Amino acid sequence: MKLDLTGWITITLVLGVALVLALLNQMTVPGSALHVPTYVVALAGKYLCFAMLALAVDLVWGFAGILSLGHAAFFALGGYAMGMYLMRQIGARGVYGNPQLPDFMVFLGWDHLPWYWYGFSWFGFAILMAILVPAVLAAVFGWLAFRSRVTGVYLSIITQALTYALLLAFFRNDMGFGGNNGLTDFKDILGFNVQADATRSALLVISALLLCGQFLLARFVVDSRFGKILIAVRDTESRTRFLGYRPESYKLVVWVLSAMMAGIGGALYVPQVGIINPSEFAPGNSIEAVIWVAVGGRGTLVGAILGAILVNFGKTWFTGALPEIWLYALGAMFIFVTLFLPRGVMGLFRARTPKEPEPESPGAAAAQEVTG
Amino acid sequence: MPRLMVLLLLMGLCWPFAARAGDPLAELASGNFSTVRQGVEDLALSGNPHAAAIISALQNSQLYYMPDGMLLLKADDDSFTNAVTGESFTDSDDEAKAVRVNNSVRGAIDAALGSLRLFDKDPSVRLDAAEAVFNAHDPAVIPALDRALAQEADPSVKRRMLQARAAAVISDPDAAEKDRLDAVAELRSRGDQASRSLLSSLAGQTGPVGDAAAAAVVSIDWVLQLWSVGESVFYGVSLGSVLLLAAAGLAITFGVMGVINMAHGEMVMIGAYTTFVVQQFMHAHLPAVYEFSLLIAVPLAFLVSGGVGVVVERSLIRWLYGRPLETLLATWGLSLVLQQVVRSLFGANNQQVDTPGWMSGAIQLGGLTLTLNRLYIILFAFLVVGALMAALRYTPLGLRMRAVTQNRRMAAAMGIRTPWIDALTFGLGSGVAGIAGVALSQIDNVSPNLGQGYIIDSFMVVVFGGVGNLWGTVVGALTLGIVNKFLEPIAGAVLGKIVVLVLLILFVQRNPRGMFPLKGRAVEA
Repeated sequence: MKLDLTGWITITLVLGVALVLALLNQMTVPGSALHVPTYVVALAGKYLCFAMLALAVDLVWGFAGILSLGHAAFFALGGYAMGMYLMRQIGARGVYGNPQLPDFMVFLGWDHLPWYWYGFSWFGFAILMAILVPAVLAAVFGWLAFRSRVTGVYLSIITQALTYALLLAFFRNDMGFGGNNGLTDFKDILGFNVQADATRSALLVISALLLCGQFLLARFVVDSRFGKILIAVRDTESRTRFLGYRPESYKLVVWVLSAMMAGIGGALYVPQVGIINPSEFAPGNSIEAVIWVAVGGRGTLVGAILGAILVNFGKTWFTGALPEIWLYALGAMFIFVTLFLPRGVMGLFRARTPKEPEPESPGAAAAQEVTG
Repeated sequence: MPRLMVLLLLMGLCWPFAARAGDPLAELASGNFSTVRQGVEDLALSGNPHAAAIISALQNSQLYYMPDGMLLLKADDDSFTNAVTGESFTDSDDEAKAVRVNNSVRGAIDAALGSLRLFDKDPSVRLDAAEAVFNAHDPAVIPALDRALAQEADPSVKRRMLQARAAAVISDPDAAEKDRLDAVAELRSRGDQASRSLLSSLAGQTGPVGDAAAAAVVSIDWVLQLWSVGESVFYGVSLGSVLLLAAAGLAITFGVMGVINMAHGEMVMIGAYTTFVVQQFMHAHLPAVYEFSLLIAVPLAFLVSGGVGVVVERSLIRWLYGRPLETLLATWGLSLVLQQVVRSLFGANNQQVDTPGWMSGAIQLGGLTLTLNRLYIILFAFLVVGALMAALRYTPLGLRMRAVTQNRRMAAAMGIRTPWIDALTFGLGSGVAGIAGVALSQIDNVSPNLGQGYIIDSFMVVVFGGVGNLWGTVVGALTLGIVNKFLEPIAGAVLGKIVVLVLLILFVQRNPRGMFPLKGRAVEA
């Protein structure tokens, strides 16, 4: 696998900035001119986790043509797996001091741990679940959807229904995931205090490493023979099928891989923000992840990382400085990017390639819609 | 009639209870709590025409008595009148004493007034009284009920009294078996939850009464089951009509035009806010016709939302035809902007939209309570969809719309200005969404987020029913509504919704083109 220049720049920048932030946070004393406050470190870690989600969305949307409006569901499932591990680590230090049960279960009057919480005391198991649960859900959903050739907007709408159903489900107290409040009030991860500066810095560096790992993996996948067929499926699915390939299998593999990547992002997200609750399943979150990719440049992978960081940086800045403007800005960004920047920010850097002819009429749209 | 009254009065006077207990008026004047209590009970059963006035005076501490046993009513201006003859009386020697009450007497007063209300002039008061007697089912009121029944003319009140009597008879272990069997039959014919619980207490007994009660419980259970099915159907149709309203516009923009309009919910929201503004305006300037504000809001909401739709189509959508996924993103952005505009203009809080008088209230249909606003919304939904179908089918604009959808280039060749038709079609769909907003303002919170709650459901309905097919949308909306309401009692509201969503996801897998796919050569490219 050969990495192009932008790829090298991305990896260097992500790792370099993360390391510098972590080191400046650890090596300097608060108050010094070079000191990086811990909240900046946590924020940067959060952006990198969102970048993993964006990368996962770009892999399926940019290279397989599957516009998922429910990818945050996989992200949140990974987050819940990690959250369950962190809950179990609280032990007897909760408000109720119950060594067996998390606080919310004591509050609900439960007398034993539900079976699906077994095993989450072990870090390895939790990480495995953070990857496996999204993978299994994606595999079942994808197998059903791709096999019956649900494509285009229909697929988008049912992915949205999927995350909406999960949102409603996780709001229920009976589900055993903390209901409305979710999981929070974490203490330790692998014996280190979650709140400590050193843990935060370490988590940031780990996020950067994993993001680079995911980026390399995604690059490897799309550059391989498999990736070439994937792009063929994206561009003309039927033609690829007539050539003897099985588009549904290719789509399923990349779909499950993407869900696993999102799950890892979610698992790293939770210790850095300190809470996971059902609102992470909100359909709006998934759609926002899509706009990160669109802003950065669909089908470029680097663009997904760039878009996630840019948009979230903008969000942090706007909600701090001009809170009422943020939704205008986000909405305008959706419209502006789709109308005027179809290739996103990355498109600005590239030499202008001739645009592919696009159908202009709704009549052709109907035909296009069938293929998606 | 006066003769009958006299006869009744005589009957009342020589009633065995009254005879046994002596003169109730004298008992009231006794000054002894237990005798006064007895007097209240006897007076209530005596049929004395002044009973109600005397007992309510006692309740308000306005009943006095003279040492000779004469009862007096004290008016608000402290003057006295004879309680029986109504003549005014001057208490020159200051001898009148108040009839005092304790809690036990108060209990008797409440019960007595309850049975006396059976003789009230107002039929609705009598109906309530009969219902109260039914719920108390105290055997002691049977004589009073019998007298009330004899003079009752209103058939529905009479029915209630018979049921109340049956409830009382059943609760009386000393009643004759035949009477009790009749009572069981009467309660069985009433057939609601209250009579079921009365009968089930008897159902364990041996003998013909117990058997009849057990059979009656089974029959009532069956009837109740039927009513609850009927209720679920009504609520399902009601929910379905709401979904239908929300989805009808989308059936045009998404179903007919193929535009993924994620801002559809915001068109609904704009319609609801139009209703709010219309009501505010009329409240301030035209209070006389305020009742009809909704009727004025409907066309205005159509125009406002439709106008927004035309502007959106001309400025945004038309650049994105043929790129459904981009349309989806851009319209999602549009929905955020529209929400924020409304939030800036009106604030983030819920706005108060009034329900006019003619839409509030409920009608009783057997075991069903149908609220009027739900009924009106059901009617309205079908009216809107009917009008929409007629517009597509019979108007020149509808003809052009169908032509453009079916074969754009041929339609253009026939001289139809297709871009103009696109804008109008999108405006029509958005306008219908605005009309839906007027209806939804009656049952939902009018807030900037109003539309968000309907967007996923609306897409589900359109996809489920089959794209490009209004009938499919109608059937889809009603099916989803009814399935949802039938699942609710089994699985709970939230879980029911989840089950519906999962079923829908599975359904789309099997039938990606919906229940009623358009037939034709829509082969995948």
